[in-house]
Amino acid sequence: MSTTMRALLGATALCMASGMALAETLTIATVNNGDMIRMQGLTEDFTAKHPDIQLEWVTLEENVLRQRVTTDIATKGGQYDVMTIGTYEVPIWGKQGWLVSLNDLPAEYDVDDLLPAIRGGLTVDGNLYAAPFYGESSMVMYRTDLMEKAGLTMPEAPTWDFIKQAAIAMTDKAGEVYGICLRGKAGWGENMAFLTATANSFGAKWFDMDWKPQFDSEPWANTLNFYLDLMAQAGPPGASNNGFNENLALFQQGKCGMWIDATVAASFVTGADSTVADKVGFALAPDNGLGKRGNWLWAWSLAIPAGSQKTDAAKAFVAWATSKEYLALVAEKEGWPNVPPGTRTSLYENPEYQKVPFAKMTLDSINSADPTHPTVDEVPYVGVQFVAIPEFQGIATAVGQQFSAALAGQTSAADALAAAQALTTREMTKAGYIK
Amino acid sequence: MARAVTNRRKTIATAAAWTIGFLIFFPILWTVLTSFKSEADAIASPPKFLFFDWTLENYATVQERSNYFRHFWNSVVISVGSTLIGLAIAIPAAWAMAFVPGKRTKDVLMWMLSTKMLPPVGVLVPIYLIFRDTGLLDTRTGLVIVLTLINLPIIVWMLYTYFKEIPADILEAARMDGASLRSEILYVLTPMAVPGIASTLLLNIILAWNEAFWTLNLTAAKAAPLTAFIASYSSPEGLFYAKLSAASTMAIAPILIMGWFSQKQLVRGLTFGAVK
Repeated sequence: MSTTMRALLGATALCMASGMALAETLTIATVNNGDMIRMQGLTEDFTAKHPDIQLEWVTLEENVLRQRVTTDIATKGGQYDVMTIGTYEVPIWGKQGWLVSLNDLPAEYDVDDLLPAIRGGLTVDGNLYAAPFYGESSMVMYRTDLMEKAGLTMPEAPTWDFIKQAAIAMTDKAGEVYGICLRGKAGWGENMAFLTATANSFGAKWFDMDWKPQFDSEPWANTLNFYLDLMAQAGPPGASNNGFNENLALFQQGKCGMWIDATVAASFVTGADSTVADKVGFALAPDNGLGKRGNWLWAWSLAIPAGSQKTDAAKAFVAWATSKEYLALVAEKEGWPNVPPGTRTSLYENPEYQKVPFAKMTLDSINSADPTHPTVDEVPYVGVQFVAIPEFQGIATAVGQQFSAALAGQTSAADALAAAQALTTREMTKAGYIK
Repeated sequence: MARAVTNRRKTIATAAAWTIGFLIFFPILWTVLTSFKSEADAIASPPKFLFFDWTLENYATVQERSNYFRHFWNSVVISVGSTLIGLAIAIPAAWAMAFVPGKRTKDVLMWMLSTKMLPPVGVLVPIYLIFRDTGLLDTRTGLVIVLTLINLPIIVWMLYTYFKEIPADILEAARMDGASLRSEILYVLTPMAVPGIASTLLLNIILAWNEAFWTLNLTAAKAAPLTAFIASYSSPEGLFYAKLSAASTMAIAPILIMGWFSQKQLVRGLTFGAVK
């Protein structure tokens, strides 16, 4: 081998070794949903722009992920450099000092382009602690053909009374068509997400300004009685076991007249797997004329744990995944309907995206939710379909079990509310909120 | 007449056994069938049993999205490693308890079993902190240690039960012939207890393979076994049942095949000493 060849080989080996030494690997924890999986498929764009950063994905089911990242961040385990977390965790973890502030993202990131409602939910004391990857609210999805058959027209912003009237009119139990499908499965992110948001529109609230639980109030009784009565008259059988997926399956098979759930469902019910794809209309979540609608607000967001040693690389990744350029990349590769919704104003100003059937309703739904003022009366907490305190998950799941039991007919509305009041008072006293 | 009754009984017993076997196996069969359906067929109502458009699309998607072989290899190392280390510790321990019982042997056995009564989540944070400080988080070594410790009581109990069935006189005879303690355990006791040891080995590999609490909580990207592989396909927002079924089928297939081939040893070991 000639000396030149040897020198060349040596130089190449050295370059490879130094390249490997410089390469940083980011471990990213994320949830299994369509938008996140799509992002994993498009990361070549990021690694081409940042050849010194490699990505390692940990995809987990939502509840497993929540438990996993909570353990890691609370113990400063340092297993993840980027975490996918929701609007529930951000205010709590931000306050604890567990997250890296994202106030110094580059100017071209255009942080002012983020939708104000979503940005507000991810900001604590003026610090942005997570960048939204996709945002969602809830809205009414309905069958246009069944609505027409019932001789009714869905308003853009319906009331609960109209929803009830339409649900009863659309129901044909013998033909296995049910006027309305709503969540009934117990869980703080299941039936309680829906019922808490609904309660807001009935003038109810979880706590008063002294953190005293309010399940013994009239608005909560009205909320629960309305829900149980509506489901008894126009809901599917076994509704107390139904969550998002079960209702999605029913709607796709043409068995629901209306479904009030996450805006992200719009792309599923109008997608290839749906038997009713061309017969779906959208409307805002209902209200009762009290100034609050029964819709929630959620954003899956990317955050950097304070324990990460690779903050700069992590920030580069977060900025890429939540940028305008990423939205354009998805549109180019997968089409506009597949662009992660609900994060940027500029997306909704784009004439191409405005052609997507559910685009306007998603934006209007998100804009009509205010996590900092979620209820008719003043409350000491933030969060629309949750209360951003660490105790909420446990308490709301226990309350959700009571309400699910009432839906299954195992207990009465009054008994379920009394049990909810008792258990919430006990837990809040134990946690030191009630003196 | 007696023969007729016996035959009828035999038929009924066989039918009952097949029915129970089918009922137990049905969820696995359904998972396998769903893995060959489209997502729309997977949620069809009424459910489609065999007459649907069979597709391999879900397997292709799973294969494309995940590194199956890395998860598989992690599962093999963790389950086989923890079981072998567990056996190496448990065989001498069970020998001592079975053949040289002390005053407190029964108490020790009960204490070992009592460690299984604590819900694992109760010790998650302390173990997580120990793993963080010793650099064992997201390592196969860490998981081998944890699974060895978790399954050790079961291994000791199973071996103790098998060893108790072996006449102590045989071991005594070996000792009289001048066998050392090591030779006694290795060349006399172990060969006689092979069915018991084999079934303990197989059962513990299955337990370790299916363990989903520690393997999910102590791993991230590098050491994650097949349990994490399955968890990555479950989703509360989106109907991915067919893909989840394909991932589940791929995860259980190796252990199912192993169980199938070793069922004779398993049954023999589990009924060892049952009939005297």
